[in-house]
Formats: sequence, structure tokens, C-alpha cells
Amino acid sequence: MKVLVPVKRVVDANVKVRVNADNSNVDTANLKMAINPFCEIAVEEAVRLKEAGIVTEIVVATIGPKAAQEQLRTAMALGADRGIHVETDEALAPLSIAKLLNAIQAQEQAQLILLGKQSIDGDNNQTGQMLAALAGMPQATFASEVKVEGDTVVVTREIDGGLQTLKMPLPAIITTDLRLNEPRYAKLPNIMKAKRKPLETITVDSLGVELKQHQNVLKVTPPAQRKAGVMVASVEELVEKLKNEAKVI
Amino acid sequence: MAILVIAEHDNASLKLDTAKVVACAHQIGSDVDLLVAGENCATVAQAAKQLSGVRNVLVADNGAYAHGIAENLGALVVSIANDYQHILASASSLGKDVLPRVAALLDVAQLSEVVEVVSEDTFVRPIYAGSAMATVQSLDAIKVMTVRVSAFDAVSNDGAAAEQSLGGVFTSNVEFVSQTLTESERPDLGAASVVVSGGRAMGSAENFAILEQLADKLGGALGASRAAVDAGYVPNDLQVGQTGKIVAPDLYIAVGISGAIQHLAGMKDSKVIVAINKDPEAPIFQVADYGLEADLFDAVPKLVALL
Repeated sequence: MKVLVPVKRVVDANVKVRVNADNSNVDTANLKMAINPFCEIAVEEAVRLKEAGIVTEIVVATIGPKAAQEQLRTAMALGADRGIHVETDEALAPLSIAKLLNAIQAQEQAQLILLGKQSIDGDNNQTGQMLAALAGMPQATFASEVKVEGDTVVVTREIDGGLQTLKMPLPAIITTDLRLNEPRYAKLPNIMKAKRKPLETITVDSLGVELKQHQNVLKVTPPAQRKAGVMVASVEELVEKLKNEAKVI
Repeated sequence: MAILVIAEHDNASLKLDTAKVVACAHQIGSDVDLLVAGENCATVAQAAKQLSGVRNVLVADNGAYAHGIAENLGALVVSIANDYQHILASASSLGKDVLPRVAALLDVAQLSEVVEVVSEDTFVRPIYAGSAMATVQSLDAIKVMTVRVSAFDAVSNDGAAAEQSLGGVFTSNVEFVSQTLTESERPDLGAASVVVSGGRAMGSAENFAILEQLADKLGGALGASRAAVDAGYVPNDLQVGQTGKIVAPDLYIAVGISGAIQHLAGMKDSKVIVAINKDPEAPIFQVADYGLEADLFDAVPKLVALL
């Protein structure tokens, strides 16, 4: 079966971003970029399903600027078979992304769509669920275990306070949580091979989807800073401060 | 126009989070309705009616809603959505699962993890793990949003809402198989007034026992950094941070946690932060009210003894 894995180019998780001077956005110029960590987990899961003989083809897709092709190449170095790049310099909202992915899925007819549960830039945690609603496919979010059983998939999900297991027919949409797997590192020969894998670039318009503007970002500001604290010399002093100064114990 | 709040519960009791989402709703407008969807959830409906300033409690009592299946609950919400200008839920695993579906089916965007109400159409939410705060104006007719409950104080229980029963039953091809919830004598991580968290420096799952002693001494909950979860010391539902739980207790004690931005995103709104770490350069000390440079294996048992 075919798996579709949408991925996103984001600022690397180890880079601290700052708000720009006119408070209109964060300043991402010249920052190290990477494939969103949860998307990487989704790619890894697809590759493992292929290694297990369940999946035959892995298609990765991204919607973003020209440079986002780097992330498709990364995904192909990890084991994806081909890439689809919807090129746009516009920062699209999750609903618009979901509509475009729905149009891609209409062409690809994948049996399984694996996505990261959230991107670490917008922190929205919406795209997979929105795509599931638009595509009319069942969803399993925050997956920590995925088992394909014939025409169905059994997914264990991370929920508040524990785990929940759901069973649903394919085609289905799964969003990945941290513990689903630990992504591999791409090997050099695979990085070289990935450069020759097919990568198709298309425009937003070619997907024939009408997109709307839903929100205006009025300003982006730095968070409130905590005032500097004090270092205490001993456990005794800590207990004294917590009792008499902070009065929290 | 009215505001709909999706109540969160386990079919037996209403979660405190819902009272916090109602508090957020009150900052937007006055006509607040609560949706209680579940199975045999009459006691939840009773509790919901007592939340201050709630107009109607809408009850959908059916097996289809017993386990919070997103398809079923989402369709139910969509079926009544046109009576509302705002639809709110807590940014819990349930709210995050269901509300984006509702938004997509209504062809509106969603605002995630709202921490401040500026006006009825403008809200503040964190982006980039809280490294920046975005003030966002919604242009949609129906504003769908999840609420970060640690940013709002719960409303009181002096209400007397009317109850209405909803007849619509929405089912799907998603089948509930099982659920295992962590049994714990300790308070819920999100609701605890004291949280004791451990990081990679704990070294092993067994070593978390000394943090459990500290948590129990303070009547607090146990938490962990992603590094500790990744290392397999504790289950993921204890994770505090950007992609885990967001907490804001009265006292947060970070033990052996270096303080990566992703962890700080989950706890920096705590009232008092204590950090215990061997490394004087650890970034956690920059947000701590009280920092103690010490070996945690000496300091924590000593702390337990002194409390």
C-alpha cells in the first residue's frame, strides 16, 4: 500500500528564535532550518512499515518555499521514494495546508497518511485532524504505536493521564507523538541516492483549491520575562526561603 | 451571540479544566453554554450546571460519546455550531483531537492554546515554544479555539444553569478498543499546586523514587523533562514542555533539568520555581526564583528530611 507523509520545514529545534524589531513576526533569516521533528517521526514510521513489507511506496509532500526541497531530500534519504513540492512563499494557515493536502490525497489515493502531531514553529496541532475531517478519513492522533492489520489499523494514542487504543478501517490518518519511534540518521550513500529520487514541483493554483484568509496576526511580542532569582547556598537556606519568603510550603 | 464550551470529564466527574475554560469564555461574552457529551454522564451534567455564569448545559448522553471519539464528538458539535459565535475547549488531548475537525468542517481556522482574551475576535497565543506571543485577530464568523487552562483561574460553583437534552447521535467507523489510565495517588499534573520534575540527570527510572518522596511530602505531582521521557525513566504523560503538559503550579521544583527552551515552555508561568542542578551554567537557573547548585542525590534526600 501507499503512504503519504506531509512534512514541514521549520527552524531547527535547538535554535532560539527572537521577535523582530517591528514586532511583526519572529526573525527567521539565516537560522538553521530542519525537518519538523514530529514529521521526521512520521517518515521513520513509514519507512519501518515499508521494511516490514506492509508499505510499498512512500510519498513525501511539503508546502513551502523553494528551500523546503531540502526537507524532502532529507525524508528521501531516510527512505521515502518520491517527493511532491507545492511551492509557495506564503505562510499558509493549517486549514489551507489541510485543503492542499486533501487535493494531493485525491490524486495519490494513499491508504495511510502519517503526519507529525504539531510543528514546532506555529505549535498549532491542527493539520492532521483538519485533513481527516476534509478527506472523510478516520483519524488517530498522538500515536505511540501503529499496527496495520489487514484492512484496518490499530493505533495506541497518548492521551492525558494514559493511553487509548482505537481501531479503524484504512484509509486512515495518523499523527505521531514522541514515543512512536526514534528516527534513524541518514547514511551518506542514502543521502547521495536521495538526490536522484523523483521530486515533482507544482504550484498552489494547480491543485485547484480556493484558499481564504482567516486570521490577521496583529503583532508578535517577546514573552514576559521572569525577574532574576537568587542562588541559595544550602538546602537549609532553600527551605527557609520557601517557608518565609515565598511562603509556598 | 453565544459561546459554547465543550466540557471535559470521565463520565463520572467534571474536570477542573472546564471551569477554567468557562472563565476564559466569560472574558469574551456572557451567554455561555456547556456541552456535556458522554455516556451515563448525569453526575457530570449536575456538576456542570453549578459552574458560575453558565446559561445552559446541553447533554448528549449516548454510548457514541463514551470515549471521546473525535469523529462522533466533532460531528455533534458541528450540528449545533451555528447557534454560536465562539466554540471553546481546553487544550487537552481531547480538545486538540476534536476541535480542529470542527473548525475544518465549518471552514474556519482554529486558534490553539489561547492564553489571553484581547477582545471578542482577538486573542493572544504562544508560538515557537513560547519564545514569542502572537496577537491574532480572527476574521471567521465562528471562532474555534483551544484554551491553555493554566492561564485562567477556575470559575466558582455558584451557578444554576438550565439543562437541555440533545437527541442527535453521531457515530463513525472508529472503534474504541481499550484505555489504560495511570493510577496514581498523587494529584493530576495539570491541577497540582506543587510539581516536582526530574530530568536526564536522574540517571534511571529507579532514581525517580527519591523525587516521588519529595512530591509526596509536598502533596504534589510528579513531572519530567522530555530527556527523562526519551531515556525511558518515566511515561510520556508526565512530560512537561512544549509538546507535553503545560503547568503553572504555585511551586515548581526542577531537579537535574538543564532547562531547554522546550521544557521552559511548559513551566515558566509557575509562581515560584526552584532549580536544583550540578551545573552552574544550566539555563534553568535563569528562570528559577531559587537556584541550588548541588548534586541532586545529596540535596533531594536532605530536602525531604527537612520538610
